[in-house]
Amino acid sequence: MKATEIVEKVSSGEVSARSIAENYIETINESESDVNAFNLVTAEQALMDADEIDSKIASGETLGPLAGVPISIKDNLCTRGVETTCSSKILEGWKPPYNATVIEKLKEAGAIIIGKTNLDEFAMGSSTENSAFGPTRNPHNLELVPGGSSGGSAAAVAAGFSPLALGSDTGGSIRQPAALCGVVGVKPTYGRVSRYGLVAFASSLDQVGPFANTVSDAALTLEVISGHDPRDSTSIPEKPLEISGFLNQGIEGMRIGVIEELSGKGLEGISPDVSSKVEEAIKVFSNAGATVESASVPASIYGLSAYYVIAPAEASSNLARYDGIRFGPRVEASTTAETMTATRTKGFGDEVKRRIMLGTYALSAGYYDAYYGKSQRVRTLIMNDFAKAYEKFDILISPTAPTTAFPLGDKTADPMQMYLQDVCTIPSNLAGHPAMSVPFGFGEDGMPIGIQILAPAMAEREMFQAAKVLESESGNGIE
Amino acid sequence: MVQRISREEVAHVARLAQLALSEDELDAFTSQLAAVLDHAADLEALNVDDVEPSTHPFPLKNVLRIDDPGEVFAIEEVIEVAPEVEEGQFRVPRILGES
Repeated sequence: MKATEIVEKVSSGEVSARSIAENYIETINESESDVNAFNLVTAEQALMDADEIDSKIASGETLGPLAGVPISIKDNLCTRGVETTCSSKILEGWKPPYNATVIEKLKEAGAIIIGKTNLDEFAMGSSTENSAFGPTRNPHNLELVPGGSSGGSAAAVAAGFSPLALGSDTGGSIRQPAALCGVVGVKPTYGRVSRYGLVAFASSLDQVGPFANTVSDAALTLEVISGHDPRDSTSIPEKPLEISGFLNQGIEGMRIGVIEELSGKGLEGISPDVSSKVEEAIKVFSNAGATVESASVPASIYGLSAYYVIAPAEASSNLARYDGIRFGPRVEASTTAETMTATRTKGFGDEVKRRIMLGTYALSAGYYDAYYGKSQRVRTLIMNDFAKAYEKFDILISPTAPTTAFPLGDKTADPMQMYLQDVCTIPSNLAGHPAMSVPFGFGEDGMPIGIQILAPAMAEREMFQAAKVLESESGNGIE
Repeated sequence: MVQRISREEVAHVARLAQLALSEDELDAFTSQLAAVLDHAADLEALNVDDVEPSTHPFPLKNVLRIDDPGEVFAIEEVIEVAPEVEEGQFRVPRILGES
């Protein structure tokens, strides 16, 4: 069921929030052992929260915009008293003493948290295989990956475990799994959604966003979680977004650019299926009254390189706090320094270690200018090129990922191949712009393909309007 | 061909990052990190001397809030999740030499 329908039926008393929650929990019980979307299912608490919604209805209290809607939460968002692991052994058993701001907002809106979802350890990866607790599988084909790092959240929505989920997106970690699992995934403008209580990976790139089956459900969720938060100094001082009321305005006269460096012949390794879907999307937009032309963002080809310097550099600093002293498990050794090393060596997985070392290297004396300094200048180039493109276009499009979902184990031996999965999504993180993935049919392998819609900073509304048009022609998100 | 990062350099950054690596891990990580740095080599050809670096997508001003003491975590809640505690404080192994 759509989230918007659930809210309507629960609020009108037609269906109880408890029976909604029970239905989703039943689906989880049926197929979670195959998919492994969750690190933790909080069924008991979900039912108690649902009962509370039902008693509010009985006593005629006003309900929030997500009343009775079950939602899955990526396990790098802090939930008070509920284990938050980042799919890492170094946080196993850790129960945060506070809620992330987005969790507070969801609760206030009446959403029912149904579980904590699996991810690549500390959100580092593109397949959810880097989890310390085993990989998540793609609900469309259990032999294939769901994408990552928010693979558990994408799979939870695709498998019908919950109509909504939250993820985080540092280089594509919401959009790429959304594409591979055939659901909608949104990375908002940097600063739109509070990062307070999101476990930090690369602070200048991280952003929380929603997964949903439909564009309108994603819009509703983003409205709830967006808005200024004094607890996050990078939070944009703006009111929460208003999108839902403008979703069906169409795209007549909208100027849409197809990023040539990130689609078709411009993108090395793009599958022919994905290419032809981009062509189809162009037709859909043209038929809806938009003008569609080729666009160029020349510096975007350097995005991947700059990202894999900047993100590990920030990660190496952010992850210095995991030392077994104040929280999390500790591996005891004879001195404090040895205890820290033993704890980190045992607690972190290989990909996390790779990125910490890469970041430490990129920030070290003698290499700082060549790697980190240069990458930050390249970041400026990418922002400048986007700015130029947006003089001529209202929104831009590209594929979300170069291929459909790939087999488990396919890219784990070669980190660089895995990194290439994010080539289309990374530029938006570096620029701080919003971007979303909209499911748009299937490849010849029967696996979902996503189209990425990119917009200038703060232009979420236009981005969603285009997404809505694409959705209505894709057979997804049936109204 | 000379690798972009040597085995010794990887051992050095591992030490800085407080990670202990086995000899096999050191070999594997060296070639993997070199591959990533090789990819990043496409940046070398770019002349960006006249370009200002960006650390954040939006120019950030220092944000100050009113100095209004709010809620703080209860000590009990914080030490409850600590690995080792003594008298309401984090307990660590000896930090000064003595054996």
